[in-house]
Amino acid sequence: MSAKNTFTIGGIHPDKHKITSHCPTVDAGLPEIAYIPVKQHIGSPAKILVKKGDKVKVGTLLADADGIVSADVHSSVSGEVLKVEAIEGEFGYLEDMITIKVEGDEWEESIDRSPDIIRDIPFTPDEIIAKIRGAGIVGMGGAGYPTPVKTKVPEGKKAECLIVNGIECEPYLTADDRLMVEKAEQIIIGAKILNKALGIQNAIIAIDENKPDAIAVMKKLTRSYVGVNVRVLKTKYPQGAEKQLIEAITGREVPSGKLPIDVGCIVQNVGTVNAVYEAVMKNKPLFERIVTVSGNAAETPANFRVRIGTPASFLISKVHGKPEEIGKIIFGGPMMGTSAVNIDAPITKLTSGILLLHDDKSYKPEESVCIRCGKCVEVCPVGLMPFAISCAMRERDYAEAAKLHVLDCIECGSCAYTCPAKIPLLDYCKLGKYELKKQK
Amino acid sequence: MSTVIIFNILILAGIALLAAIVLYFVSQKFAVEENPKIDEIEKLLPGANCGACGKAGCRDFAKACVKADAENFHHLFCTAGGNDVMRKIAEALGFVADEKEATVAVLRCRGTCQNAPDKVEYSGFKSCRLAARISVGQSGCPTGCLRFGDCVKACPFGALHIDPETGIPVVDEQKCTSCGICVKTCPRQLFEIRPKGPDGKRVYVACRNTQKGAQARKNCKAACIACMKCTKVCDAVRVENNLSYIPAEVSAEEFGPALAEACPTGAIIYTGALKKKNAETENER
Repeated sequence: MSAKNTFTIGGIHPDKHKITSHCPTVDAGLPEIAYIPVKQHIGSPAKILVKKGDKVKVGTLLADADGIVSADVHSSVSGEVLKVEAIEGEFGYLEDMITIKVEGDEWEESIDRSPDIIRDIPFTPDEIIAKIRGAGIVGMGGAGYPTPVKTKVPEGKKAECLIVNGIECEPYLTADDRLMVEKAEQIIIGAKILNKALGIQNAIIAIDENKPDAIAVMKKLTRSYVGVNVRVLKTKYPQGAEKQLIEAITGREVPSGKLPIDVGCIVQNVGTVNAVYEAVMKNKPLFERIVTVSGNAAETPANFRVRIGTPASFLISKVHGKPEEIGKIIFGGPMMGTSAVNIDAPITKLTSGILLLHDDKSYKPEESVCIRCGKCVEVCPVGLMPFAISCAMRERDYAEAAKLHVLDCIECGSCAYTCPAKIPLLDYCKLGKYELKKQK
Repeated sequence: MSTVIIFNILILAGIALLAAIVLYFVSQKFAVEENPKIDEIEKLLPGANCGACGKAGCRDFAKACVKADAENFHHLFCTAGGNDVMRKIAEALGFVADEKEATVAVLRCRGTCQNAPDKVEYSGFKSCRLAARISVGQSGCPTGCLRFGDCVKACPFGALHIDPETGIPVVDEQKCTSCGICVKTCPRQLFEIRPKGPDGKRVYVACRNTQKGAQARKNCKAACIACMKCTKVCDAVRVENNLSYIPAEVSAEEFGPALAEACPTGAIIYTGALKKKNAETENER
């Protein structure tokens, strides 16, 4: 227990660039117009309940979950619904969005806005899951898997351990770090709530060793909570990936094509756990989150508490980023995020950061031939052979790519980061995944 | 030294000779008898193994032809070889071949570098399928050509090439066998197999954008804006979902020039000769 653990195979050490780790979270304020997408999660889009001209308050249900794997969408602002139609999203494709003109800041009465921390959990597991479902909570680490589905343990399987993911291994991003420092107790109570819903006793809060502030706060507070422990892990990318984190903590490997619950683990991001606390104890639906706006083209990088639906351009102007000088704007982290086409696209439940990068940080060098150095194989945390996958994809041999387990790729980008020949290995792996999923 | 080399060569040659003799007798003994007609028919086929006939390659098609009776033979058609090849196969097997109308692949997009200039830069791996997944593309048109030429790489007959000036692929009518691989490859389904038409005259809408007129025009000058002018020329033209479609039954000779001239954005392409203004846009393409 004394030695710091990390996952065993692969991994890289990119430059951290955590320039905003000491910036306290500030309220970004209200935009003039909010665009709220109805699909901010994996699964089917939510059914829209409002129409043009409706008056909504902060926390009003805008769209209802359609099916099991789906999530409710709530209003993050108060005002009038301007239109309900498809608007260009971050990648330029049309997405169904609810456009709301912001008027004042009036919250639904059911939301408890007092700053007191409530420590007793009087609810039954079913009540907790119903409250999480009603708040529209999804995995805020980036995948957007609806949390109530994850909290309900399927029959025949047994949950043994809840892991609260406070790793945040992506460079630049500090949203989870700040949340842990500022809302530590809420996260711990949130973990207790999830423990109760799952019917288990212990929770592990996993933090990378490069976050001393968060570790200190968490260690101090967990002393008074039985069953909640902090585990400090050695920094390595991509430790925040679900399966890698489970291996680092429990030593168990999640088999190919299986879920963490198959090895008795449930992993939840700290943002999700905080949202669970707010939903269960304060009746507050998920309508705001912390977003890091950073990068070398941002003059005053910061962590913002942002209402979902705020256009990214609103935040970019807050950090004095000048769009004409920016080479690339990335939604998410620099390793796994994708560059956005439309900067007026809204912040969703899954946007953990917006990066503004100059050309020198964002350009892709010319690709040359593979020299078979094997570095990509060495760093792949899943144990794949990215160079072989790229060869198969170049020949469009999907059967071969499937044999090489391209579907197990977690798209962390370690291979492309390491490749000395600058081959877009990640692009090839992504392409293989898309094509194989399409064929299914 | 030299004796060692000669000795080695002799040993290897001896092994090779022995193996050859063994293999000869084995192949004689275990030879699989096949209808010689299969080989004969396979030679008549184009040999691209494109799979457009629905069989697993040309040899499989040849086997199916030999196995078929007069009734079943009508269901078999080598798309890549066309009527000429089918006539020869029918002669060899003593059947009568059906005549099918000649078809060709057409590109339903005019999003050239000039009509739909780049708005953002894509620096990723140059593949249409990946680019389409990641973002809307450089031009901003969600249904337009991405100009990275996945179709060119996929075409087994070399009938496609990217025009360096316009950036979009061009179909070589002589080489295109309408095998349909480009239709399957294009992530935006921009290709369509259409009848070649009399003297190669055909008319079609070269756009798949379903956005509203103003939005579509913002992305591409040659987009269909669903102005309905084409429906006034010919009743058979359908406009659905902000997009016009000319069914293959519409006579290109009768309506083609009028349809192409009626279109204000030049989204309708008529491959025959045009009289005035639109002839210029045709050249531009």
